[in-house]
Amino acid sequence: MSATRYSMPGPDTEMIDELLLEQVDDGSRVIDLGCGDGRLLDRLRSERGCRVLGVELGEAEVTAVIGRGLSVIRADLDQGLGDIPDDSFDTAVLSQTLQQVHRPTTVLREMLRVARRALVVVPNFGHWRIRLKVIQQGRAPVTDSLPYEWYDTPNLHVCSMHDIRDLVDQLGIKVVREIPIIGGRPVERAWWANLRADSAMYVLERANA
Amino acid sequence: MPCPGAGLLRPDRRLKLTGRRVLRVGGSVVETMAIKVSATGPSGDGSVGLVETSTLKLFSPPESLTLAGGGQLGAITVAYETYGTLSAERDNAIFVCHALTGDAHAAGYHDAESEKLGWWDDFVGPGKGLDTNRYFVICANVVGGCQGTTGPGDVAPGSEAPWGLEFPFITVDDMVTVHRALVEQLGIEQLLAVIGGSLGGMQVLEWAARFPDTIRSAIVLASGAKLPARGIAFNAIGRRAILVDPSFHDGDYYSQDEVPRFGLALARMVAHVTYLSEASIEMKFGRRLQEGDQFAYDLARETEFQVESYLHHQGKQFVERFDANSYLYLTRAMDYFDLGATHGSLTEALGRSDARYLVISYSTDWLFPTSQSREVVSSMVEAGRDVTMIEFESPFGHDAFLIEHEQLAGVVVPFLEQTLEAARGRS
Repeated sequence: MSATRYSMPGPDTEMIDELLLEQVDDGSRVIDLGCGDGRLLDRLRSERGCRVLGVELGEAEVTAVIGRGLSVIRADLDQGLGDIPDDSFDTAVLSQTLQQVHRPTTVLREMLRVARRALVVVPNFGHWRIRLKVIQQGRAPVTDSLPYEWYDTPNLHVCSMHDIRDLVDQLGIKVVREIPIIGGRPVERAWWANLRADSAMYVLERANA
Repeated sequence: MPCPGAGLLRPDRRLKLTGRRVLRVGGSVVETMAIKVSATGPSGDGSVGLVETSTLKLFSPPESLTLAGGGQLGAITVAYETYGTLSAERDNAIFVCHALTGDAHAAGYHDAESEKLGWWDDFVGPGKGLDTNRYFVICANVVGGCQGTTGPGDVAPGSEAPWGLEFPFITVDDMVTVHRALVEQLGIEQLLAVIGGSLGGMQVLEWAARFPDTIRSAIVLASGAKLPARGIAFNAIGRRAILVDPSFHDGDYYSQDEVPRFGLALARMVAHVTYLSEASIEMKFGRRLQEGDQFAYDLARETEFQVESYLHHQGKQFVERFDANSYLYLTRAMDYFDLGATHGSLTEALGRSDARYLVISYSTDWLFPTSQSREVVSSMVEAGRDVTMIEFESPFGHDAFLIEHEQLAGVVVPFLEQTLEAARGRS
């Protein structure tokens, strides 16, 4: 059935990694939440000389990170980052994961507790084609990269760029930059971004920082 | 006598162990009669084969070891074993710190007849977690112990009699200082890794704080920067059992007909419970009876339930190989250990070494719960160190680090490979 629905293009991992790499200072300390097999961490270390730490729940992924000679803490993001002291990193990265955690607010707060700056990439369910399909078919959206039915999906939350703005405002978090990703390209200050973007990257800081 | 332990492991574990003559149950080695031994030789069965314990004399006069708790000790005989080959660059050495009642005999066997395997044979050997084809592995008995290294059961210098309670107070710091002296004596400036579980893990942490430049990595299993109060409580019960044994004679029992075996056995029984978990006790024993399915209604029968029989067996076996005074000294050393307090703060202690840290805890360990590992990890992160931490799911409680060898090897193998690669890349 999902074939009849609109599928969002899978996030261009490579391009998103590039975009994240650009936001990080050379030699800074970076923590990647939901780091998977450590692909981004590896690049942060080799290309930007960063001191990196991954957080990941999957056992196979954790082993893969260790196999790259990188450090990783096996943890469930929904449990918070209790092990990580305040301000121990310059940047915390959360790529394509916010919609999958049970408590997005906890995770966002924790990111800006352990790091000065947070980089968050989230799919935008406000895209016009999703809206259209929801109206036409009256069914929950399914994406290419995460082609799951609504009852069996890691995507626990459906949110748009407007929703993310509302949430960070409510949490007292400052949006330093917002970069919509449209058709596989980052387009800063795009018109009608919430209708056109497949996903978006946010650079966040504490409002009082 | 039915063999406690046999038939009590998960079936898959028994299968894996076929071909060996021992089963590891609750961290101890239990001889089995039920398992048929296949005739594979030492090289074919993944064992390091026949090994010997060597001894070295350190801190000989005029030198002596200044103990952290005050006083001097020397000379100190150290019992140790090595497996594998030291590389020409001397960069592949790994030191194994044993736990409370372990010894230098970590792998292989001493006697081709008995083939009684070392306490960590599942993890140390060719192609295993600590691969002796690649690494040079050293394990030594701790000072204060009773299995070859100087301890209270040895004759005091200038005396005819064993030390007994005259033996000076030993701390984890002292154990590590002696280990380090041994490693230096073996011509190794920097270890690729130091690894240990429980009291062994405490030694690893102390090593990183005390001799930060002598290790490239530190692997801490089921341990922490201090023993939680519950652990001290159980140690206290164990010590009390020994101290009130009529055969204890204030620790001066070596010349007597009887040693405080009942007290020591009881100490072991209590401690053993702390090494298991609710799940593993239920899994291994449940409420099953040792013989038949009827209660005997006989108070004199102390081994009616399987769990009773198992604990009695553990206690009985333990007194054959362990000295009561050493048990007092080593449990006290464990109680006293407090890495943060000794070195100012945990962050200060763990920030000194550039070593890569690997910290492992187990979900059902209630002697060193995961919170203890998290505490050290937190300090390592705060100090800006490289740290990897995993809490493994396991039903085996504190003993999991001795039992779940494949799970452990899954992360230790790539961790060591990467550490060695980085070391060689750097030089």
